[in-house]
Amino acid sequence: MLDLTGLSLHFGALRVLDGLDLKVERGEVLGVLGPNGAGKTTLFNVITGVHRPTAGEIRFEGRVIGRQRSWTRCRAGIGRTFQVPKPFTGMTVFDNVLTAAVHGAGLSFRTAARRAGETLELTGLASRSELEAGALSLLDLKRLELAKAVACGPRLLLLDEIAGGLTDRECGTLLSILTTLREREITIVWIEHVLHALKSAATRLAVLHGGRFIADGAPETVLADPTVQDVYLGAVD
Amino acid sequence: MQHPNRLWIVYLARAALFAAAVVMAVAPMLLATRDIAILTEFLSLLTIAIMWNLLAGYADIVSVGQHAFVGVGAYALFGFAAIAHVDPYLAIPLSALVALVVALPVMVIIFRLRTAYLAVGSWVVAETIMLAAGKLSAFGGGSGISLPVSVVRGFGSRVTERYATIYWIAFAVAALALVATWLLMRSRIGLGLTAMRDNEEGAGVVGVNLIGLRVLCFLWTAPFLGLAGAVITLQKLRVSPPASFSIIDWTVYVIFIVVIGGIGSFEGPIIGTVVFFLIREYLSEIGVWHFIILGVLSIAVVLIEPRGLWGLVRRLLPADVIPISRRRRVRR
Ligand SMILES: Nc1ncnc2c1ncn2[C@@H]1O[C@H](COP(=O)(O)OP(=O)(O)OP(=O)(O)O)[C@@H](O)[C@H]1O
Ligand SMILES: [Mg+2]
Repeated sequence: MLDLTGLSLHFGALRVLDGLDLKVERGEVLGVLGPNGAGKTTLFNVITGVHRPTAGEIRFEGRVIGRQRSWTRCRAGIGRTFQVPKPFTGMTVFDNVLTAAVHGAGLSFRTAARRAGETLELTGLASRSELEAGALSLLDLKRLELAKAVACGPRLLLLDEIAGGLTDRECGTLLSILTTLREREITIVWIEHVLHALKSAATRLAVLHGGRFIADGAPETVLADPTVQDVYLGAVD
Repeated sequence: MQHPNRLWIVYLARAALFAAAVVMAVAPMLLATRDIAILTEFLSLLTIAIMWNLLAGYADIVSVGQHAFVGVGAYALFGFAAIAHVDPYLAIPLSALVALVVALPVMVIIFRLRTAYLAVGSWVVAETIMLAAGKLSAFGGGSGISLPVSVVRGFGSRVTERYATIYWIAFAVAALALVATWLLMRSRIGLGLTAMRDNEEGAGVVGVNLIGLRVLCFLWTAPFLGLAGAVITLQKLRVSPPASFSIIDWTVYVIFIVVIGGIGSFEGPIIGTVVFFLIREYLSEIGVWHFIILGVLSIAVVLIEPRGLWGLVRRLLPADVIPISRRRRVRR
């Protein structure tokens, strides 16, 4: 479904992504790990067209999309959340999600309003829908990021650290939301530092380090890998 | 809602706005000629302010060259009405068309630039168009030319009648600008523009076509600015490069108006234009000082509340006076 080959992104002398390869299959939940500053968010920025890659190829459902604009990629079926939320602060929560449903999914106002209502229900924001997004707490802003991404009707959903700071109960709710999304046949790539959450959802794990993936495979295998324990788990603990 | 008890203020403001619109629609029957002339200027400036707000406040195109389209509209009106002898009433919409046509190449040039470069670029383009207009000998060259009496007569043989007619044209143009832009803001395009205003990157990844909306806004504003230029020419009865393409009158004052009233809101330019005329009419005897007051007021507003006077008022209110969100309608 998503095919990255030889992908590089350099900020001047800083090689954040350095000839990275990755394949994501339909229906997967791919967990992405990596130390702070490894380039995980940058990877999402390149996939969604926020940054143009310095080199390499991005294919989505067989099509080369590396030169497309971010809105074209969104409409083609790639949704994402931002690690640092980017709400439309002067609009209501409902209108935030409505915008995604109208522009991202190309729905009419009427259908989009229904989609927005359902998505707010799913993400637990229904009671906030008339508030201005600028008035939300960080936790709710993260929910809003998820709601906007889902309202675009993506087939591939990129999640950037949405479980940080959640209580166990909230984390359980999030995992059940992700299960619902999988039932809708949405493929998920999830960057997360909260390991236990990632472990219970991911069908596969990949570890980003030094601009490439240094491990990729079944969660148990990857977590047991000595190099991974060295660069990642060692760095965290 | 946080302030349900203040909803009556919103209704009151809507009623006041409606009453003002009604009064303005029949103003020539109520007011003296001098006041009608001021109101005509008010309506032209309001039209220009609405357009600059759309560009700078929503689409992030901070142009300081929009006076070029006012000037192009002015010259087009003169060209059609005085030189080509087209019916003067037909010359007005034609001047909008000319402004739109001129906007196409201008857009190609300035859209290669962003932020400060765009501002400088738009100014250079506007200067160039003004200098070119000054070379047209049929339009009086650098010193300009008056509208022929025959054209002026077309809008009324007596002075009061002519003032009333031109006022109604200005009213129609401003009403068209206001209503059409309001409808635009209520459409899916307006939803995208508001998202873009608040967070460009965030808007892009939820499918808002940032480039498409910028193009649309730029091409949207040009014909309205051309219409304003035509109205201004009818009122001044002459065209000249420095007056028709005045950066002070049609860009600098307009920036003050939008910033003071509230950039990025629908109400902002309306409030700003009212405040501007109050300052101008009541403080004009102190000469250049009213210019300084405007500047200081703009800076104060930017420091205290970037969303302008409307931003201050809006904090106390539970809803917009001119509602743009369609959510209540689409809910059912
Ligand atoms: N726009 C940019 N310009 C220059 N450098 C950047 C830019 N964006 C990111 N970087 C740098 O790229 C590196 C990778 O950043 P990135 O945000 O992708 O890391 P990350 O893996 O998401 O980290 P975290 O776990 O902290 O979120 C960092 O060194 C960062 O400073
Ligand atoms: Mg990150």
